[in-house]
Amino acid sequence: METLASHAILLPIDNIDTDRIIPARFLITTKTKGLGRHFFSDWMHGSSALTDARVLVVGHNFGCGSSREHAVWALADFGIEAVVSTGFADIFHANALRNGLIPVVVGPEDHEKLVTELETSPEQEVVIDFASRRLSCGSIEAGFTAAIDTVRIEDRETPGGEELDALLRQADLIGRHEAGRQPRVDTRKDL
Amino acid sequence: MTDPGTTLFDRIWDDHRVNAAPAPDGGPDTLYIDLHLIHEVTSPQAFSILRERGLGLRRPGQTVATMDHSIPSTPPGPDGRYVIEDPDAEVQLAALARNCDEFGVPLFPMGHENQGIVHVTAPELGLVQPGMTIVCGDSHTATHGAFGALAFGIGTSQVAHVFATQCLLAHRPRTFEIRIDGALQPGVTAKDVILSVIAGIGTEAGTGHVFEYTGTTIRAMSMEERMTVTNMSIEGGATAGLIQPDDTTFDYLAGRQYAPRGAAFDDAVARWRRLATDESAAYHRSVEIDARRVEPMITYGTNPGMGMAVHEPVPDPAALTNASDRRSAQRALEYMRIEPGKPLLGHPVEVVFVGSCTNSRLSDLRDAARILEGRKVSDTVRMLVVPGSQRTKRAAEDEGLDTIFKTAGAEWREPGCSMCLAMNGDRLEPGQLSVSTSNRNFEGRQGPSGRTILASPLTAAACAVTGVITDVRELL
Ligand code: SF4
Repeated sequence: METLASHAILLPIDNIDTDRIIPARFLITTKTKGLGRHFFSDWMHGSSALTDARVLVVGHNFGCGSSREHAVWALADFGIEAVVSTGFADIFHANALRNGLIPVVVGPEDHEKLVTELETSPEQEVVIDFASRRLSCGSIEAGFTAAIDTVRIEDRETPGGEELDALLRQADLIGRHEAGRQPRVDTRKDL
Repeated sequence: MTDPGTTLFDRIWDDHRVNAAPAPDGGPDTLYIDLHLIHEVTSPQAFSILRERGLGLRRPGQTVATMDHSIPSTPPGPDGRYVIEDPDAEVQLAALARNCDEFGVPLFPMGHENQGIVHVTAPELGLVQPGMTIVCGDSHTATHGAFGALAFGIGTSQVAHVFATQCLLAHRPRTFEIRIDGALQPGVTAKDVILSVIAGIGTEAGTGHVFEYTGTTIRAMSMEERMTVTNMSIEGGATAGLIQPDDTTFDYLAGRQYAPRGAAFDDAVARWRRLATDESAAYHRSVEIDARRVEPMITYGTNPGMGMAVHEPVPDPAALTNASDRRSAQRALEYMRIEPGKPLLGHPVEVVFVGSCTNSRLSDLRDAARILEGRKVSDTVRMLVVPGSQRTKRAAEDEGLDTIFKTAGAEWREPGCSMCLAMNGDRLEPGQLSVSTSNRNFEGRQGPSGRTILASPLTAAACAVTGVITDVRELL
């Protein structure tokens, strides 16, 4: 993906936690698909939602709280491809990249301008150019950072695919490490 | 030989790095995992990945499963069967049982003597030992750092990685010392300490870091108290929180089911002692907390950083200079239907929940029972007491704590996560206000539109008795 141009959903609240992205009662599933309809279920009720939006603009420390990858699956299933914030919680950030959802980090001043712009004209498109790391919206233009080299778009179909391959290729190294140590515990000893 | 100036964290990380040299250019290291804990909610999709790719589990003997999140907290019927009302939960629990059977993973199902909340039962069994790396598809895995183990939560894709390779690709985090010195005042607990730490540093200070909790307050704490502290590391933004192992740790581990025994235990203790952070070691960041000044804490907002001493006035969002902080604080108070500028003392409480991996261990139940003994739960309050594990439940019953709770009018329930995250039907009615000993006061966490105030078991029990927000020191 080189450039993403899309309407944006604006939720300029700090510390949006993964319980808000997808409440726990929707985690009673054994699948990764179909979670999009629960996205912000208790919270947004579709009010400000532009249903074709592929960009989400949020406040600081987005995705804090639980490690549930379901939060990323729900956003991706809803059609979100990039989330713009001033900072992300660690586990969410890693989960997002692993599923091809791109966390875009802008500076606090640019963020405030972007929020104001979208508050004034919610129909404005946000254009994110990943090659040049520039984001624009109306008269706003800003640089951003994104750990994009580790983004694996194809992983959305098989989560963890490429990383898992990388680990499987290290089987010999892992075997050598295991040979040099006793397992610390044996969970099967009393079976 | 270890270089001088090495931290506990560095020793564990380096000991588990499979790649010989540190990864260049900030790339991820391949980290070996000693123990993988799993539960029903975050594992099914990972097992599906194994099936799709025709892979098995590399080390089933370093993996263990328990049922905790979506199980009922009501007792089984006379036939020993548990009633699961939600058919989807039943499917999920059955999937865990089938997956564990197929892939050879030991499982503690409902009713099993070792069953419990994953972060309560694993330490009780001696599965958690100093110097280990431990992961679980659950952000409160940091709890196990109380033993000087590097323990952190992972996403479900990574659960599959560990299944297949017993390893993870992980970026080396930075270190953050939280030094806590001084004796605690009466009525002040480990929970108040960690709530006060998070109120001080904020919920994202730990991003990219692991905490190491040091200082005389931590050294004086029992293992259960230390686990309450490390449990909430993620609430301060850190994926892991470590405490130096010491005699308190070793005494706790001695004789536990999965801990080494005899000469092997002595060898292990000698090895564990060598994990200590060097005096000369430096951390990337540090804060110091004076524990003597910590008071019983409550939260007033919708993240765990919005905490204050129980008698203080609720901070006014209008006083915040940063626009985005102000918006968030205003929204939080609107949701909580709490007015700024006044203390919450005397504010009516409808539900009290004593439980969760933060505060459902024997010492927590003793704290709550100490307040309830000879008193009654207010008529206006529903109080649930949910022990963290079958083992804790039995120990509490042996001491007669269940009788104290039941006599006072509280519900004594079966072990599990229960109302901490309201997946199993134990939930707040819309708009209800609870005082909970759990770790998250997020919007809707305990049920849609439910309002949560976090507190210690002492404070929660005091609020249950009076029916209003109360300073527990009045009841001691
Ligand atoms: S008790 Fe709560 S925080 Fe702990 S593992 Fe269960 S749901 Fe998570």
